[in-house]
Formats: sequence, structure tokens, C-alpha cells
Amino acid sequence: MENREIVIIGGGPAGLAAAAAARQNGAEDILILERDRFLGGILNQCIHNGFGLHTFKEELTGPEYAARYISQVREQNIECRLNTMVLDLSADRVVTCMSRDRGIETIKAGAVILAMGCRERPRGALNIPGYRPAGIYTAGTAQRLMNIEGYLVGRKVVILGSGDIGLIMARRMTLEGARVLAVAELMPYSGGLRRNIVQCLEDYDIPLLLSHTVTDIKGKERVEGIEISEVDAASKPIPGTEKFYEADTLLLSCGLLPENELTRAMGAQICPATKGPAVTDSLETTIPGVFACGNVLHVHDLVDYVSEEAAHAGRSAALYIKRSSASQHRTVPVVTFGGVRYTVPQSIDTLEMDDKLTVRFRVGSVIKDKKLCLYYDDDKVSSVNKRVMAPGEMEQIVIKKDSFNGRDDIKEIRLGIED
Amino acid sequence: METRELICIGCPLGCNLTVTIDGSEVNVTGNTCQRGADYGKKEVTDPTRILTASVKINGGVVARLPVKTSRDIKKGMIMEIMEKVHACSVEAPVHIGDVIIKDICGSGADLISARDVDRV
Repeated sequence: MENREIVIIGGGPAGLAAAAAARQNGAEDILILERDRFLGGILNQCIHNGFGLHTFKEELTGPEYAARYISQVREQNIECRLNTMVLDLSADRVVTCMSRDRGIETIKAGAVILAMGCRERPRGALNIPGYRPAGIYTAGTAQRLMNIEGYLVGRKVVILGSGDIGLIMARRMTLEGARVLAVAELMPYSGGLRRNIVQCLEDYDIPLLLSHTVTDIKGKERVEGIEISEVDAASKPIPGTEKFYEADTLLLSCGLLPENELTRAMGAQICPATKGPAVTDSLETTIPGVFACGNVLHVHDLVDYVSEEAAHAGRSAALYIKRSSASQHRTVPVVTFGGVRYTVPQSIDTLEMDDKLTVRFRVGSVIKDKKLCLYYDDDKVSSVNKRVMAPGEMEQIVIKKDSFNGRDDIKEIRLGIED
Repeated sequence: METRELICIGCPLGCNLTVTIDGSEVNVTGNTCQRGADYGKKEVTDPTRILTASVKINGGVVARLPVKTSRDIKKGMIMEIMEKVHACSVEAPVHIGDVIIKDICGSGADLISARDVDRV
């Protein structure tokens, strides 16, 4: 069996940034396993701009952003195996993978970084009535077909869900000559970034129908029409509000799910809110030596934050393989209340943590003019006024290590919203 | 005096901007960086966008080459430029930053490659 210091599963933005950071922190023997034939992951099909403003202080397209990290990884001589699918990962960090060139292999890793990304929620998970005609795609599949393979998937399009990929595809299809008739969103607010509503929908006069959903798909061989209805506060369609759109294509942009089959099979604890592994402040899962970052950990809106988080995981993995004996720990859970849906990490080792830790979180509904409050047990240690927070936009708060000075008996860190 | 509420598209933060227009005097508040101030001013006087698209590439490892305008172009020119983009095809290999169409439609921006695409 092959032995490697660090094996990284996935060569997208998270895997690449994790590899570069692990190398910078002294790991010499790093292997990236990527199932596609290119590095860069989903960025290759995200040809729109807006990437990298935080990291590079310039506005790049997805392929350009990926290219920056790919060249870092190449310059650092980090080995990548493309066209390689990981089949299994055991709790003692044995990776089983397969490729056409090399067959089935097992690799024993000193540390593993999970960077497998996420998948789109498919039609089967949405309970939309109707046949299964051609012309129904997840927005990301349509994006790949259009931007990489070169196919226009339809001419008269309805989009269900206002996630960012759906909004980006509304503009993209319009530019390529299709007509986007409407974007329907079940919730009373959009799931995408506000800038995308402006530059993808408003710029092209595409209507965004909030509190609406698809209630029927007409057509047996090919989509012939889409029926959209308004929904009530309980998200139930209101009879009599049905409206028919003569469309040949339905795109679904209804959420992303971290791809954690390997993580689950390994026996790591999964956080029900993120659907990714529960991690400590070093981004280590409940399986020692296995770290996670990027969309497999929780779905991000900004690749810049993925890179930042992945660099943290890469550094943690590099430190892990160098560490000889177990040090002292004081692991404190982070508990949420009052509208904060989750945090990553879910626990903090207040003795071993970095001097500054970025805790990322999302809220469950649109929150206006409230306070974001941080408690250590019953002591309120910070309170920040928030003008507006939305589920579609990830938030963050920085926690300093020295804020735990003199709190040796802390049981719980609580983050939530108050009036 | 006219007041407009805008959402900045400069970066994914999407700051809420308030732009007041008083004759030739344009003032922006609510921005968190210089980019936001610039966007606010431009959006009410001369709105522009970076345009991204893809063109056909022959003999490459993929079928499409992602492209973008080298700088922002007038919003009103988007569809005119897209017609040029649709009619364009290139031969692999192409490198990131290569100029595909110089000064496209007289916009002052070049259409440039956003990806390295090797020949098969």
C-alpha cells in the first residue's frame, strides 16, 4: 500500500487552496485526487466575473480564478491524479481510489482533507407533478452543457429557484438568444446574492416571482409548458393563482447539498443543518486526522471564502502530521439561538485555537435591524448591530483566543440574534 | 434633487447605496469601499458592465473558450457585442489573456480569453 503524508480528495477551489497552504506550512508529500479530467472543479464552468475580489483584489472569471491556484499547485510540484475517483475512505485514513490508468489503488494517508464540493438538489427531491419530459435540467448541468460542451439547452425557459446559479443562468441563456420567461422562488426572498438579482435579472427585465412555485410540468416527450402558482405563508400553492408559461425548458436552482457519501461511510458525525461534517476550529472532523473545507463542509456563496477556509484546513493538516504527542484540549461546543441556523466550526478548542478564528454562519430567515450576540456561558461578550442579514448570504464573526483568558470552566459558546 | 437606491454589484457583498443627484453633483453613501462610490456614480450617469461569454474553439480539449471584455463596456452595447461573439470562433491552443477581438464593436474593450485551452 502506498503511503502519503496528506491526501486531498477533490481538485476544485477548496482542494487546490488546501494543497498550497499545506505545502507552505511544511508538508512535503501531498497528493490531490480529482475525478474530472481538469483541475479547478466547478470554477471551469462559472465563466462569469466577480471571483477573487477579496483574495486578489481584482475581478476574475471562474476559470481565471482557478488558473491562479492551479499554477500555485504546479509551481509547488504537488502531485495531482486526474480522472481518479475515490471509492472509499476508512476511519484509519486508508483511501481507496480508481482510475482507468492505474486501476484500483489503496493509499494510507497521514492526514486527509475532504474537498469534494456539493451537488445540486435534483427534480426527484422537489415533488413537482408531471411527466418526465426532456428539457428539465438543474441549473448547473445546463451551465456545464452551455459553457463547456457548447449546447444551448432550450429557447423558452422558466427557472425555479433563485439561487445564484439560477440567476447567473438566466442572464447567460438570455445572452445566448433564449428567452427567460420568469424566475419563480418559493420563499418570499431570493436565495441568491443581491448583486445577481440586479445584474442578471433587472438588467434584462426578467421577472422574479417571489412566493411562487412550479405546480405542473406539461408535456410528455419534451417540456411544452410550465404552470406557476403563488404560494401562501406555509408555502402551499393557492388555488386559482395558476399561470401558464409556454416554455420548452425548466431549470432548477433549488439548493446545493454537500457531497458527503465518503464522510458518512467513514463514520464522521454530520451536522444536520449544514449536511456537512461537524468540525472543530482546526476544521477537523470527528475522525482524527480528517479535515474538511469548501462546499463539502457547508455551502458557500463566495469562492474567496472557500479558499480562505481551505487554506486553514491545509495548514491544520500540515500541523497534524508534524505533531508528535497529544496536547491539552478544552473543546467547547458552539450553540446557536434566535435565528442563527448553524455555525462552522461547531466547536472550538479554546486552548489550541489560533489567535483569531473566523466563525462562519447563516441565518434562517431575513433579519432586519437586530443585534448579533455572542455569549460565553451566560456572559454576553459581544453585541453587533446588523442592518440586514439574509439566508442567501453567509455571515462571519471573528473570535479571539485571548477572549477566553480566565474562562477555564467555559461550557458553551452561544451565537444568536436578539432585538 | 433626485435620490436613487441601488445595490452595488462591485463585489458579492452587495452594499445598499443611496445616490443623490443634484444637477452635475452626484453623491454616494452606504458604500464600504471606493469601488462602491465609483459604481454608484457610474450607474446613474453612464452604466457599464463587464461582459462574459464563451466562443467556439476548434481543436481544443474543450468545445468552448470562456471570454470576457478587458474592461467594462456600456450596458446598451451588450447585445451588439454578443452578436460579434456568436459569430466568432478560434483555433486551439489559446492562452489566458490572449486577445480574441481587438476593440470589439468600437467599445474600447478587447474581447480576451479567460482560460488556457490546449490542443487535443
